[in-house]
Amino acid sequence: MAAVFSPRANVIVTVTIIGAVGVIVGGCLWWFAWPRSDYVRHVGWAIQQPVPFSHQHHVAGLGIDCRFCHSSVEHSAQASLPPTFTCMTCHSQIWTNAALLAEVRNSLADNRPIVWARVTDLPDYVYFNHSIHVSKGVGCENCHGNVARMPLTYKARTLTMQFCLDCHRDPGPNLRPLANVYDMDWHPDGATPHPADLMRAYHIGGRNLTECSICHR
Amino acid sequence: MTSLPVIAPDETAQSLTERICAVALREGAPAWTPVWWWLAFGLSLGLLGLGVVAVMWLFYAGLGIWGIDWPVAWGLDILNYVWWIAIASGGTFISALFFLLGVEWRTALNRLAESLTLCAALCAAIFPILHLGRPWFFYWLFPYPNTMGLWAQFRSPLVWDFFAILTYVLASILFWYFGLLPDLATLRDRARGQGRRVFYGVLALGFRGSGRQWQHYRSVYAVMAALMAPLVVSVHSIVGMDFAGSAATGWHSTQFPPFFVFGAALSGFAVVLLALLPLRSLLGLHPYVTERHIDVLGRLLLTSSLCVGYAYVMDAFATFYGPDAADRTMFMLRAFGLYAPVYWGTIVLNIVFPQLLWWQSLRLTQPLVWLIALGVLTGMWLERFQIIVTSLARTQLPSAWGQYTPTIWEWSLLFGTIGLFLTAFLLIVRLMPVIAMAEMRAMLRGMR
Repeated sequence: MAAVFSPRANVIVTVTIIGAVGVIVGGCLWWFAWPRSDYVRHVGWAIQQPVPFSHQHHVAGLGIDCRFCHSSVEHSAQASLPPTFTCMTCHSQIWTNAALLAEVRNSLADNRPIVWARVTDLPDYVYFNHSIHVSKGVGCENCHGNVARMPLTYKARTLTMQFCLDCHRDPGPNLRPLANVYDMDWHPDGATPHPADLMRAYHIGGRNLTECSICHR
Repeated sequence: MTSLPVIAPDETAQSLTERICAVALREGAPAWTPVWWWLAFGLSLGLLGLGVVAVMWLFYAGLGIWGIDWPVAWGLDILNYVWWIAIASGGTFISALFFLLGVEWRTALNRLAESLTLCAALCAAIFPILHLGRPWFFYWLFPYPNTMGLWAQFRSPLVWDFFAILTYVLASILFWYFGLLPDLATLRDRARGQGRRVFYGVLALGFRGSGRQWQHYRSVYAVMAALMAPLVVSVHSIVGMDFAGSAATGWHSTQFPPFFVFGAALSGFAVVLLALLPLRSLLGLHPYVTERHIDVLGRLLLTSSLCVGYAYVMDAFATFYGPDAADRTMFMLRAFGLYAPVYWGTIVLNIVFPQLLWWQSLRLTQPLVWLIALGVLTGMWLERFQIIVTSLARTQLPSAWGQYTPTIWEWSLLFGTIGLFLTAFLLIVRLMPVIAMAEMRAMLRGMR
């Protein structure tokens, strides 16, 4: 009786086994790395906006405070986007004929808000609250990056649940004195209180910040 | 008892191999697959189709199509899971535990019993996934590095359960398949059609029966048996802890882990009898599965029934000896409340009827044994209904009491898994050697 398989079968089996191991190992690596890539998280992507607003010009160049436009950040869950009137505080006087600002003038004339595109969009099941974060010493920069260096605004952090939890599990090193919350490019120096002192001063630590219901309701 | 032979006296290695290979290869006479097989397979496929529809509709419409709600949030889903995984234990008890004990009657039974284990474990594994509200996230139970920074809750018995079942299913598949290798090689060598030779040849993984291969085979098989025997105890203990770990009245009991192992053994031996008795006639296995085997299985069924009976008695004793009034109320509810027929049905089917097996003449009356085994499987199902539903329906706050009625979709899923079980088992019976030929030959050599 002739053999069922030729000697070549051994080669095929060996290659198949090595290939299967390669696919499994590669698949695990891909599974680990792909969701963390900036591409998937849209980190560094500047989104198309109706008006090419430059945070770099307004924050670094003119020194306007974050709260001038995002006025409810200290009191509300939403930082809020400014109404067209806020833009017009200045732009009714300067660059009144700039083509770049036509959309802003139309918005005022038609009494129709500018439809900005969200750069930082958390899922709807995440109840993020701006006011609690800024009043407990978390800087804007911690999540939004250094917007003073963004000619067009882009997402600076991954904003995965892992990103949130990293801080919620150990908030201390990410806290600043209240006076520096709105500063860009801020780094702790010799005068900065110790993280543990900041935690005490803000009364953080009484409640477990990793409970599900802190963010999900 | 030893007067009953473990194999017919005129059987040889040659006749055994020919008879068993003929079932799988169908190349001699009769060359066709028997009518009963097609009938059974058609029926199984029909049930399986029902199950597929039930699953599809579940995926589309969500858990609302089931009768579960607060306070009874576990219904037929978990019940069927526990029932099936207990059924799966029989093969492992017979195949691994009695391999280690070196009993001679184990050899003719282990292949069939392991196949039953495999099919039942497959059915069991479906339910924990389907019972999740979002079944596509089932892998969240697994501790993998994710961007959510979440990790499995290792203090929960439900996570232990996930690992126990996963380990048990994988180990059962490996044990079954590894034990098949020499027999697959026999089929490859005896098959005449090229397609069959390639089919069994690929599955045999190049087993040629050299001394070195046999040496490795024997050692690995013994190691696997030594791993499987404690595994079957741990997996059912952990299923028991799924309940005992919660604070629900009637569940929070330290006897649950061994109680569930007893129950598993009882259903395991029952399903082996249930499948073995018809197959013995249909496939002509009388020379290898003798009255000795039926006698032994009857004794095992009786023994495990007594163990389960002991657990029922201890449940009542601990309840009335202990200080907890809520436990006593729960016990009275079970025995005399809304679901009282379920309780007494459990007692009669699991404990009373199997007492007939004390007599050898009744142990060898096959239709009676078959009916007792069927009754035990029904009784074990009722027992899980009583444990799961009564405790949940009567929580400690009377304001939160409720009731549970399974819907047509839960029943469809139960019968669908029975279809899956039978389909898989019939395919194994048709395509694989139903008796471990290599081990039987070794046993015959040892006897001569």
